[in-house]
Amino acid sequence: MLTSRRSIFLLALCLLIGFAIAVIAADQAGEPQVIKITAKKFEYNPNEIRIKTGIPVILDFTTLDRVHGFTVAELGGIRLTIEPGKVNRITILAPKAGIYEFHCDLFCGDGHEGMTGKIIVED
Amino acid sequence: MKIDRRDFIKLLGMGSAVFVLGERGQANAADMTTMGKDDFMFVQLSDTHWGFTGPLVNPDAAGTLKKAIAAVNSMKPQPDFVVFTGDITHTTDDPKERRKRMSEARDIIGGLKCKNIKFLAGEHDAGLDNGEAYQEYFGKTHYTFDHKGVHFIAIDNVSDPTSSITDPQLQWLDGELKKLDKDSRIIVLTHRPLFDLYPNWDWWTRDGAKAIDLLTPYKNVTVLYGHIHQENHHMTGTIPHHAAKGLMFPLPAPGSVPKRVPIPWDAAAPYKGLGYRSVSRMASMTDYMITEYPIQKG
Repeated sequence: MLTSRRSIFLLALCLLIGFAIAVIAADQAGEPQVIKITAKKFEYNPNEIRIKTGIPVILDFTTLDRVHGFTVAELGGIRLTIEPGKVNRITILAPKAGIYEFHCDLFCGDGHEGMTGKIIVED
Repeated sequence: MKIDRRDFIKLLGMGSAVFVLGERGQANAADMTTMGKDDFMFVQLSDTHWGFTGPLVNPDAAGTLKKAIAAVNSMKPQPDFVVFTGDITHTTDDPKERRKRMSEARDIIGGLKCKNIKFLAGEHDAGLDNGEAYQEYFGKTHYTFDHKGVHFIAIDNVSDPTSSITDPQLQWLDGELKKLDKDSRIIVLTHRPLFDLYPNWDWWTRDGAKAIDLLTPYKNVTVLYGHIHQENHHMTGTIPHHAAKGLMFPLPAPGSVPKRVPIPWDAAAPYKGLGYRSVSRMASMTDYMITEYPIQKG
């Protein structure tokens, strides 16, 4: 009886560990982390994003009013047009720690110059 | 009497900064006082932002452009022409208000004694409607003209909202340049810097390098632009690029502060950082001469 209970417990433990390993493996080798960001005149929310060095992250943008842009000059000038009603995604990968500024690069009106944010990359 | 650039600046000081375009400048002082038949002078005004309101930045927002017009009207001799290098009006989402601002600005500018006026668009004029309203009031956004042996090329890097010249206009530029000899005197007028001055603040033209590549084979090219609301002088190869001050509010030096926001009004020094410039060409000089003028109180 005791042996049987021990066997069930060990089996359950093995299943739990196996599931945990599978989740971790999927996280490391599967889909990158997705960060949702909304854009509207003249701000991003959030406008401060924290990511880890060398780990790709998907930024998933939704605009609440009109077309906006997103660009990071110090990450090779990557850019994205954020269009209403569309899936607007870009994958970013920062090779080294630091603060990378981003801004709207599609002129969007009186306040456009202040539509900025920062990506904080940590080791 | 041959003088070098430093002496030249001292000689013409008068409270205005003086800059000789290019690095080849040798000026003959005797020629400064008279204008020969092949000499000319034009005035560049930029970033007048008509329609802007912000008392902390410019409590005389409705008066600064008028002061600049009056100052240009008092110049002797009068300029051969006056060029506005963009952001004539401050942007608005309302197409009707946009046109009202353009109409008012055009009327005020019409008070210039000099009636030969050239316009370029800035993103505040043209960025929200691809230049539709601008063209109704100020005409084409890219064009060429010749004046006393100098070929002027106006490049539009604002009507496309991505801060680009775009391929069709680059093809047009290529075609225009191919009509010219490699030693032609060329002045390019534009709004944004063609080079990457500070992309984080959108102080660049996305495809500006393509325009510079097209211009580089030509030996006598100078670029005059606005957009950054301050003087800036930069070389790409042999091409000097000169940014003009604005006429509504000054902006900080590129990357000098975290945010690109207007420098507040200094009550102790009204109109500080605002101004306009003249550009002179004397046949006896190897280069042009830029003279910077402040806006005067009163």
